[in-house]
Amino acid sequence: MALAKRIIPCLDVDNGRVVKGVQFVDIRDAGDPVEIARRYDQEGADEITFLDITASHEQRDTMVHVVEKVAGEVFIPLTVGGGIRETADIRRMLNAGADKIAINTAAVFNPDFVRQAADQFGSQCIVVAIDAKRVEDDAQTGEPRWEIFTHGGRKPTGINAVEWASRMVSYGAGEILLTSMDRDGTRNGFDLALTHAVSDAVDVPVIASGGVGNLDHLAEGVLQGHADAVLAASIFHFGEYTITEAKQYMVRRGIEMRL
Amino acid sequence: MSSIAIIDYEMGNLHSIAKAVEHVAGETRVLVTSVPEKILAADRVIFPGVGGIGHCMESLLRRGLDPVIREVAASGKPLLGICLGMQAMLERSEENGGIDCLGLIKGEVRRFSDSLNDNGVKLKVPHMGWNQVHQQTHPLWQDIDQDSRFYFVHSYYAIPAESADCAGVADYGGEFCCTLARENLFAVQFHPEKSQHAGLTLLRNFSRWDGRDS
Repeated sequence: MALAKRIIPCLDVDNGRVVKGVQFVDIRDAGDPVEIARRYDQEGADEITFLDITASHEQRDTMVHVVEKVAGEVFIPLTVGGGIRETADIRRMLNAGADKIAINTAAVFNPDFVRQAADQFGSQCIVVAIDAKRVEDDAQTGEPRWEIFTHGGRKPTGINAVEWASRMVSYGAGEILLTSMDRDGTRNGFDLALTHAVSDAVDVPVIASGGVGNLDHLAEGVLQGHADAVLAASIFHFGEYTITEAKQYMVRRGIEMRL
Repeated sequence: MSSIAIIDYEMGNLHSIAKAVEHVAGETRVLVTSVPEKILAADRVIFPGVGGIGHCMESLLRRGLDPVIREVAASGKPLLGICLGMQAMLERSEENGGIDCLGLIKGEVRRFSDSLNDNGVKLKVPHMGWNQVHQQTHPLWQDIDQDSRFYFVHSYYAIPAESADCAGVADYGGEFCCTLARENLFAVQFHPEKSQHAGLTLLRNFSRWDGRDS
């Protein structure tokens, strides 16, 4: 008997539709979020993450309705991220039926927001999303280094990703959603060194994200990256693999799963 | 028409629980309320909660809900504690520097050790995700497979003083009690409202339970 590792399908939602960009450029329409969430739930998804990539403020209401609708019929944990800037945004999503809220850019510009959010709503529902890119190796130690990037991976911040993860946990983050901007959309697999470094540096669960192209990548994220959960989008959206197949594969690799 | 009251004291997302109960409880009326009379008038009561125990007890006391929960417990009506609601049923928690709780069940609440490990692998705290629950005989486990997985997210766990009050155990760096049962009280550390089929079945069983433990 042991805690299972989790498989989390991620739905990028733009104006009420699920889309998936390849390195934030080529946006393909993948369907209705409620329908897709229902299918993933039936296939055994352990959790579902919605990232609201809608640019305009007016269209954010659409996301609230999507969450409400999904929460009324899908009874597994739901995480919502994208455009979360103030505690009012968090309350709105929690009231709509979200269980966890992912804070990304707002944490970088105002780290105290994470502390405030965790105090008000509890660490269990505050996920800090980190977009990291590999930069030059440390000049002294020769170790690899990663930095936090904002604006879809375009703007460097100079912040060390591993240190940032530890700091966010000390501010009350209950979980880290770690995306490699180098790998996102490439289908070449997770940045395992990054995943490993962050997962071993913090006490809270780490979700590996960015780069999954096949089932072997999911297993590597857990076995070599030490991730507690693995997140993927396109391999599930376009019907290459079902969540059930992914879980059965993980079990064959000796990973504890909920089947 | 029978009714289920979900106690609202602003500790966590009650909508998920209400939606899940509505999904399985058929004709039952489900109300989310902080009004003592409405809670006491309901046929069954759910006592949920997420967050810190200090804030939880303070909020119950401020709203005058602690005597209401005691009265429900003493009335013989089915009472279901979820997550922090379960922890609050014990006598004391070491969270937030030590907090006295409701004491409906003898025992205390402690934090998972930071040095928790499983065969040398360091375990994360909070305990978050799907874990197996080994059930003891109880009517609320009806139609749920032994060792089914439920969704957990918590850093503190219950230690009932009497082992007879434990109706389910899970393993996280060692066995811990994740379900309490005593007469008309049933309380779970995991989130049935987020535990898909197994969780919904438990909620359906609760919506029909007469409050007897056999």
